[in-house]
Amino acid sequence: MSDETDVKQLLSVMATAIQSHTSSNNYAAPLMIGIKTGGAWVANRLHQQLEYKDPLGELNIAFYRDDFSTLGMHPAVSPSQLPVDINDRHIILVDDVLYTGRTIRAAMNEIFDYGRPASITLAVLIDRSNTRELPIQPDIIGKTIAVNAEEHVKLLGPEPLTISIDTVRSTGTQKTG
Amino acid sequence: MTGNKIQLDTNGNLKHFLTTEGLSQSLLRSILDHAESFASVGERAVKKVPLLRGKTIANLFFEPSTRTRTTFELAAKRLSADILNLNISTSATSKGETLSDTLHTLEAMHCDMFVVRHANSGAAHYIATQVAPHISVINAGDGRHAHPTQAMLDMFTIRRHKKTFENLRVAIVGDILHSRVARSEIHALSTLGVLETRIIAPQTLIPKDVENLGVQVFHDMDEGLNGVDVVMMLRLQKERMRGALLPSEYEYFQRYGLTSKRLEKAKSDVIVMHPGPINRGVEIASDVADGERSVILQQVSHGIAVRMAVMAMTMGRSPEDSGTLA
Repeated sequence: MSDETDVKQLLSVMATAIQSHTSSNNYAAPLMIGIKTGGAWVANRLHQQLEYKDPLGELNIAFYRDDFSTLGMHPAVSPSQLPVDINDRHIILVDDVLYTGRTIRAAMNEIFDYGRPASITLAVLIDRSNTRELPIQPDIIGKTIAVNAEEHVKLLGPEPLTISIDTVRSTGTQKTG
Repeated sequence: MTGNKIQLDTNGNLKHFLTTEGLSQSLLRSILDHAESFASVGERAVKKVPLLRGKTIANLFFEPSTRTRTTFELAAKRLSADILNLNISTSATSKGETLSDTLHTLEAMHCDMFVVRHANSGAAHYIATQVAPHISVINAGDGRHAHPTQAMLDMFTIRRHKKTFENLRVAIVGDILHSRVARSEIHALSTLGVLETRIIAPQTLIPKDVENLGVQVFHDMDEGLNGVDVVMMLRLQKERMRGALLPSEYEYFQRYGLTSKRLEKAKSDVIVMHPGPINRGVEIASDVADGERSVILQQVSHGIAVRMAVMAMTMGRSPEDSGTLA
């Protein structure tokens, strides 16, 4: 569906939008946090392009999921790493695909267990329109796409980053994202 | 009593954690990997994740314990579960209630997990066969049989320091006969594929047929410690000693106590472990216990992460696989 140059283009659109968003809101020295795994890949590229001084934070939201009691433990991914004190900082929270909003809900809960940020800006590479189950909307969007519920949008990576859209054939998988 | 069938659900996920014996290498590794994720929770401002919110865990301690019980309690609290501490040795059973009545009473209180410490080998296994299908049981030490979470926190500590198990020589020193920790460690080390597991002890403190477990037996401390990467000391279990198994504590220390001089036989980057509580001057010299090769206090912190991992794995299974749905 998508090749590498396409994602690169979306990333520079996002970087420009983040820059203008943070400067118009007077967000000094924003702190970037990516949601594992795909969001962290996107955040890593943006973090380089924007030349942020503070190290990139990475969140593994496995312990904050709302589907633990029905789906159980997910395979272990490396733990969250927020190397900088987040209190009173302006956070740019990055994910690859925004779908139901449940991942972002979980990520915000986890962020608040590390401290009280001054603000959180949500930046996503892809926004699946009309799929939200929670009142969560992105501030920065690489690209909005409208696909059917049976279609699965996924970022493949880490090198190169490409977007794949497949039709899900599996039975009754729960929506996340 | 391998307990393997009862430990896994139909999907091969951990349902009860009763013994390290018979579990696959990938399952043991998965416990260590999950524990690695949970270890970071203890380093945050809010040392709590909402994973087991609304679950109720009962610590059933039929035998006294401080370290194991409190680390299970902390692990449960960091997972946001509610925990009951029942010191059964001083409560219901002394009033004549049978074990199964005690269990059914706790089930009626809607507990989701029992953490069991008992002086009799096989107690946790028995309880796992008696409880309702949605309840998970974790063995926190049964008689001389097994103490699987202690073994896994030791494996976690070894992996943190040595990265892999493949080329390691590990010596377990002391009272193997009475030690459920040693048994669980031997099974875990062998499954994780260490090069060699040695046990070092006087003949009177070594169980019969121990060679069948694939260990090398040494009676001489200097010989046994030669070139090892890890030394696991065991506590001399005075309370379980009946009869003349040992000449005297002084003589024991002379022959099997870990001193800094003896430790020179091991590799220079050896780590020294002990499950606690330590008998200073009986099985280990104070300067070694507090020395730079000692990782004894790290073992305690790692115990919380490993117990969080086991609790989350046993409780976090898809409902269709766990028998009945609560």
